[in-house]
Amino acid sequence: MSATSSTTAQAIERVFREEYGRLIASLVRRFGDIDIAEEAAGEALVAALEKWPQQYPDSGVPPNPGAWLTTTAGNRAIDRLRREKLRDDKHRQAVDMYDDTPHESLGVFESNEDDRLRLMFTCCHPALAPEARIALTLRLLGGLTVEEIAQAFLVPETTMGQRITRAKKKIAAAKIPYRVPAPEDLPARVATVLAVLFLVFNEGYLASGDGEPVRSELTGEAIRLARILHGLMPGEPEVTGLLALLLLTEARREARVRHGELVRLDDQDRGGWDRALITEGHALVRECLAINRPGRYQLLAAINAVHTDAPTAETTDWSQVVALYDQLLTVDPSPIVALNRAVAIAELDGPEVALAQVDRLVETAPVLSSYHALHATRADLLRRLGRSTDAREAYDAALAVCDNTAERAYLTRRRGELV
Amino acid sequence: MTHYLLSVHGPAEMEEFGGYPSREAMEQSFADTGRFNDQLKADGYWVFAGGLQSATTATLVDGQGETPVVTDGPYLETKEYIAGFWVIDAPDLDVALKLAAEGSKACRGVVEVRPFDGLA
Amino acid sequence: MTQYLLAVHGNEEDFADIAPETMQEMFESVDRFNQKVRDAGIWVFAGGLEPAGTATVVDGQGDAPVMTDGPYLETKEHLGGFWIIDVPDRDAALQWAAEGSKACQGRVEVRPFQAEPEA
Repeated sequence: MSATSSTTAQAIERVFREEYGRLIASLVRRFGDIDIAEEAAGEALVAALEKWPQQYPDSGVPPNPGAWLTTTAGNRAIDRLRREKLRDDKHRQAVDMYDDTPHESLGVFESNEDDRLRLMFTCCHPALAPEARIALTLRLLGGLTVEEIAQAFLVPETTMGQRITRAKKKIAAAKIPYRVPAPEDLPARVATVLAVLFLVFNEGYLASGDGEPVRSELTGEAIRLARILHGLMPGEPEVTGLLALLLLTEARREARVRHGELVRLDDQDRGGWDRALITEGHALVRECLAINRPGRYQLLAAINAVHTDAPTAETTDWSQVVALYDQLLTVDPSPIVALNRAVAIAELDGPEVALAQVDRLVETAPVLSSYHALHATRADLLRRLGRSTDAREAYDAALAVCDNTAERAYLTRRRGELV
Repeated sequence: MTHYLLSVHGPAEMEEFGGYPSREAMEQSFADTGRFNDQLKADGYWVFAGGLQSATTATLVDGQGETPVVTDGPYLETKEYIAGFWVIDAPDLDVALKLAAEGSKACRGVVEVRPFDGLA
Repeated sequence: MTQYLLAVHGNEEDFADIAPETMQEMFESVDRFNQKVRDAGIWVFAGGLEPAGTATVVDGQGDAPVMTDGPYLETKEHLGGFWIIDVPDRDAALQWAAEGSKACQGRVEVRPFQAEPEA
């Protein structure tokens, strides 16, 4: 293959991936079956690789690639269903569903654009195992391959393949609906979707294992899907909040790791932050404030907005940060939130006060002892208090449970610098 | 519409009040379950419901040979056994899960929801 | 008359290993058995379940229902399907179970329903 044609193939595959979620979602609506949709989408890609370079020699891509793929995949699915001579009920049903009769009314979410929203709710259904929700979302909406998802989550490809196959089987056999939930169920179901996107982002932002400390393909995918969700549900403040949170966190990604070592917020080069993402994130936080229905992600976004608003670490409005953590504790009274609040308290009232709070926390929530951030926080506070022996112990405890290469590098250096 | 099995599990042998803390609790749960059953019927989801006698009353029959072989005891060796179930006919899993949650509240136990492949 | 549960268990891998011809034969003999049960007027219900992996456990006892993927029991084998029949006594139930066992090529567990089934 010549250099040009391989570039064209890459361009086609990039377009295919961008269109994948929309394509699958519309095929699932038309044919009522995920397997049929995936097969047809795969055949459409093969056809695109073959035909686009001939038909569109200039750009290699048709003017409306999404429409081309949707039409081609739809035709392939119908061909296949006819070829299989309506062998069984599944296919018969699928053909029945394909009829150019109008689709049943689905309330306020009418347009085809909302197919992806329906598919998100199907992939993130609470009856599926949490790890299956993540895998399905990345596969069907993100267009990642099984191999890519397996690599991202450090499991063998066969394991990931089985996980996805089993989830799809359950969706089909148990009839998990392809529908935006009823208004009374919406808050809980949206929360499940947001949790999946947040987990995908976090796994990218603080990657486990020996590989890259940050996996930008995962943070990028989470943001892309969060943008889609925000576009589809602009009036849901928690969706806006999650997008803002992801953008304001992503804005600091480049400055967060230097020479393979984690750089803490205080020490980051704020000039290296992505101002465009910060501006966008701040605007979203203001949108949330205007709606005034605070929730977990909105408050986390607001905390990040305070940080990204400060030109230097010293000028951070710590009392505002603590106030936001107090509010967050009322909606999410978890020991991890309390721990993060204590970190802010250290800046406001000093490390001694913070350390006392952290140690009280461990007594009430022993589960924190297996959390690396607890030990890393204690180590830092003890170091600042000049208690080197205790700090060393805390660094050791943190290193024993820390699974991110950049953070390990940071903790190891800090430990070595103790006097 | 799809048929779903909504099953409830319990130990092989029930204690005095059928696993409930007191007679009152048991009677209250029976009353709640009765109301739930009536609602299933009224809403058209009902196909079947029944409570089983304890798993210790089970008998295994192997009729594959020339003469049937009958042995005592349930098939599975577990701490808990299916104790009773509903069969419902519902449009999708969301409806089945909603009904299962109501059934779970009424009978004071967790409910397993499993689709039928088909009815004979 | 008492209602009895005639339950068949198995695991999915074993089931997948059965040759298509054997499977077809089994389906036909089960169909014949079903017809016989109907003809005898003892039929209450019968159905085959989807694999246990399609199950969801729901706890509706708290404020909001809690859902978990997968079956309740962590056993290797699971309930695969069952008949419910209404017969005069246990001996009759065991006889029908033996026929059902032959038809479906598996052992059948027989358990009585409580005296006043909610049906």
